[in-house]
Amino acid sequence: MPERIVYMDYNATTPLHPEVKKALVEGFDIFGNASSMHTLGRQAHEEIEKARKIVADFLGAYPEEIVFTGGGSESNNTVLQMIDCGSGTCRCMSKGRLGLVTTQIEHPSVLNVAQYMENKGISVEYLPVDPTGKVDLEAYRRALAKNPALVSIMMANNEIGTIQDIRTLARMAKEQGSLFHTDAVQAVGKLPISVHELGIDYLSFSAHKLYGPKGVGILYVRKGAPYCTFIHGGHQEEGRRAGTYNTLGIIGLGKAIELASKEMAEEVARVRGLRNKLKEGIQERIPDIHVNGHPTDVLPGTLNVSFYGVEGESILLYLDMEGIEVSTGSACASGSLEPSHVLLATGVGPELAHGSIRFSLGRENTMEDVNYVLEKLPPIIQRLRSMSSAYSVSSMGRSA
Amino acid sequence: MDWLYSEIVKDHFMNPRNILEDETSFQADGVGTVGNIKCGDQMLVAIKVKDGVITDCKWKTYGCASAIASTSMLSEVVKGMKLEEAYHITPEEINRRLGGLPEHKIHCSVLGDKALRAAIDDYYRKTGQEDKIQKEKAVIVCQCMNVTDKDIEKAVKEGARTYLDLQNKTKIGTVCGQCKEQTLKLLEEYVHLYG
Repeated sequence: MPERIVYMDYNATTPLHPEVKKALVEGFDIFGNASSMHTLGRQAHEEIEKARKIVADFLGAYPEEIVFTGGGSESNNTVLQMIDCGSGTCRCMSKGRLGLVTTQIEHPSVLNVAQYMENKGISVEYLPVDPTGKVDLEAYRRALAKNPALVSIMMANNEIGTIQDIRTLARMAKEQGSLFHTDAVQAVGKLPISVHELGIDYLSFSAHKLYGPKGVGILYVRKGAPYCTFIHGGHQEEGRRAGTYNTLGIIGLGKAIELASKEMAEEVARVRGLRNKLKEGIQERIPDIHVNGHPTDVLPGTLNVSFYGVEGESILLYLDMEGIEVSTGSACASGSLEPSHVLLATGVGPELAHGSIRFSLGRENTMEDVNYVLEKLPPIIQRLRSMSSAYSVSSMGRSA
Repeated sequence: MDWLYSEIVKDHFMNPRNILEDETSFQADGVGTVGNIKCGDQMLVAIKVKDGVITDCKWKTYGCASAIASTSMLSEVVKGMKLEEAYHITPEEINRRLGGLPEHKIHCSVLGDKALRAAIDDYYRKTGQEDKIQKEKAVIVCQCMNVTDKDIEKAVKEGARTYLDLQNKTKIGTVCGQCKEQTLKLLEEYVHLYG
C-alpha cells in the first residue's frame, strides 16, 4: 500500500462534501413523489423547490429558469438537439437557421452530439483555439456571419482548464441573433457566474463536479428562450423534462450549491495557491516539460503538464502505485488510438499530447499532498525517461 | 482490487528487465528501432550475438505499460536463443507469456518483435550475411501502427476481405488514416491472389 492516497482528479469527479452526505442521509426518508398532492408528496416538492431557489440565486437566475436533469450530458443533449427537434408544433430555436457553432475542444457530450446533428444534415462549425486554448475570435466572427441557430462554447475546459470570455462570445452571438449555450460543468462553483450579466441563453451543470451526487444536474434556460422537451413523458419540470423527480439527487445538488456559495471565495484562493505551488515545484524539479493551457485564465485547480519523452499512461500507473490519482491525455489510457483532442487542438503535437498529465485539485487537497507529489513525481519521470527510446540524456533532452 | 493488467505485466512494468541504461558502453552487434512517438510508442532493441546465438538483449521503449512490459519480456525470452528462432518470434508468443493483454492493448505489444527483427537484420548486414535477411522484405504501409505489406498479405491469407477486416486484424490505418488508399490497393491485389 502507498504511504498516502492523494486524489488529484477532481475534474473527473469529486467526493461528496460531508455536509452534502449528511443532507443525503437525512433525505433518504423523503420518499414521496414530488408530483403527488398529499402531504408526503408536498414535502418532497418543497425540498425540490428549495434547491431550485438556491441554484437560481447562485447563478443570478429566476427559479423557473432552472430545469433539473440527469446531469451535464443530458443538459448538453437537450440544448443541442433543440436545433432540429423534428416537431412541427413546438417553438423550435432554428426558425429557418440550421447551423451550430461550437469548438474543437468541447467535452464529448457536446462534440459527439454535434456530430450526430451533422449526420442529420445540420451544418456545424468547430472553432479552432489558440495555443492557450482560447477560441479564435476571427474564426468565430466568420462562423457567426453564417447565422447559426445556436452557439455552444464551454466556459472552462475540463482537460487544460482554460477559461473562455463567455460574456464577449455571448454578446457577439446575440448581435447576430444566434442563441448561446455554455457547458459550465467545470466552471460552476469555481468562477463567479451571473447568467443574466453574461447574457447567455442556456447553461449546463452537473452536481458531481462540485461535491454533489452523480446523476443529477441542471439546465438553465433563459426566460423567453426557445425550448423543446428532450425527455418526453410526464408533466414534471413544467413539461420540460419528464421523469419522476430525483428528489434525493436534487437535495444533494442544492446542498452542494449552497455550500459553494458560502465557501467558494476562500476555497478557490486556497486551491489556486496549491495548484501554483505544484506547477512551480514541477518546473523547478523536472526539465523538458510543457505546461498546457492558459497561463492565467485557468481553473483554480487544473494543471496540465506534458513531459517530453514519456508516455502518459506509464506516468499515471507509476503515480497510482504511489497513491497519486491523476488522468492523462494519452491515447493508450483512453482506449482509443488518438491522444487528447483538446491538446491536439492547441497545437502541441501528438508527442506532447501522449505525454500529458492532468492534475486537478480540490477541497480535500493540502500542501502536504502537493509536497508528496513533488517528492514522488520527479524520480518517476526520470526513471521512465531512462528507459525511453524517445528521450536521451546524452543528447541533453529531447532526442526526437 | 484487480489491476488493469496481469500480475506478470505489472511485474515487468514496475521492474523492467534489461533496460539499455548506458548506450555508449553497451557494445551492440545489432540495433533496431521501430515505431513513432507521434503514434504513442517507439522501441529500440540492441543485441549481442555470439556463434549465431543472442547472448544479450537490451532495449529502450517509449510507450504505455503494455509496451514496456512486452519489450521487457521479449528481452528475457530471446537471451540464449538462436538468431533463426528469434527472427520468427511473434507478438502472440510474447502476449501469451505476459499472461494476456486486454484486447485494446494488444496493438501496444506488436512492435517488440519487429524491433528485434530490425536488430537482427542490422547484425546480418554488419557481418556480411545479407543473404539471411528475409528476402521478401516487408515494406511499412501504415507508419502509425507499423503494419507492412506482408502483414496485409498474411491477413488476407487468413480471410480478411474488407478494409474493416484488415483493421480488425492489423489495426492498420486506425490512427492518421493516411495509408488508406495504398492499403486498399494492396488489399485488392492480395484478394485477387488469394481470394
